[in-house]
Amino acid sequence: MEALGLGYLAAGLGAALTVIGAGLGIGKLAAAAMEASGRQPEAAGAIRTSMIIAAALIEGATFFALVICIILATNKPTP
Amino acid sequence: MIVTPLQEHIMSDSLHADFSFSELFEHTHDSRDLDLPFIGHVHLPHFDPVHIGGMTIDFSVTKHVVFLWVAALLLFVTVVAAARKNRASKVPSGLGNLVEVVVVFIRDEIVVPNMGPGGIRYLPYLLTTFFFILLMNLLGMIPYGATPTGNVSVTAGLAVIAFIMIQYSAIRAQGFGHYLAHLTGGVHWALWPIMLPIEILGLFTKPFALCIRLFANMTGGHLVIVSLLGLIFLFKTYFIVPVPILFVLGINMLELLVAFLQAYIFTMLTSLFMGLGMQAGHVEAGEHDHSS
Repeated sequence: MEALGLGYLAAGLGAALTVIGAGLGIGKLAAAAMEASGRQPEAAGAIRTSMIIAAALIEGATFFALVICIILATNKPTP
Repeated sequence: MIVTPLQEHIMSDSLHADFSFSELFEHTHDSRDLDLPFIGHVHLPHFDPVHIGGMTIDFSVTKHVVFLWVAALLLFVTVVAAARKNRASKVPSGLGNLVEVVVVFIRDEIVVPNMGPGGIRYLPYLLTTFFFILLMNLLGMIPYGATPTGNVSVTAGLAVIAFIMIQYSAIRAQGFGHYLAHLTGGVHWALWPIMLPIEILGLFTKPFALCIRLFANMTGGHLVIVSLLGLIFLFKTYFIVPVPILFVLGINMLELLVAFLQAYIFTMLTSLFMGLGMQAGHVEAGEHDHSS
């Protein structure tokens, strides 16, 4: 396999694994937030705010991996 | 524009000869030309790179620089007009009311819960951060607009300023001696060679995360929009057009939300880090909970 082809493969696989991780993490977060809102509807506003903040932080980590995948995918080979 | 060998192979194929990846992706990248609605292509002034110290700095004007200035000008005009309107009458109305709602939200939900009453001193900086980032994000949503925050240099500059403000607020609240003492983490002096590099590295990772988060969110959204529109060119038929347009409509709605959210997150995290630095000196500082 050519090295460049492996790079494209790595970029695609990396992006997929990253999204799996982000989806799992934010899914757990949303589930906990829903449950807490169900238990105490008065706190729903504060819970929603905290949920959005935590989701943005998790997505921040996701985007680190995404940037590396983009660098891999747009790599210009040296002759 | 970086064209990968795969794209070159596609472009050399006679079936795809008139399809150019680079023209699509140029909507997200910085460029030396400006594309205006009726005037067409405008070549921006180009200055030769300047050598200062060991570095070569290019001061020429690019598309993102122009939109940085547009955002700054819009911000200045809007906020000054709103302040003037609020100064004239006791009851805010119109533009003054709109700006005041956001200002009060930032003051009561972000600054005071995170930094305490002493955080009002830093309110102008945080308000500027929020409105500036919001305006820059929204400028990319209008036709012929570009997103300055989609440029890693712009977000790096914002992160550098945030870093300076975080250290400044911590030093001002605790004094320089206490600030250095907190870098050691209160362990035995034999462990300092381990603690100090980790703590100093920790000082830099937080603004770095701010920079990358904002940059990747803005660039990623626009890359998705551009790629979906590129589907139309790839299929080379008019019958496919409603499908990508519907997808792009959905992604544009998401992008509006992300623009507001990322401005809010940047401001909130900056005030959180500043608050953590300020509170480290005062253990008994109480936090006022304004959640309603």
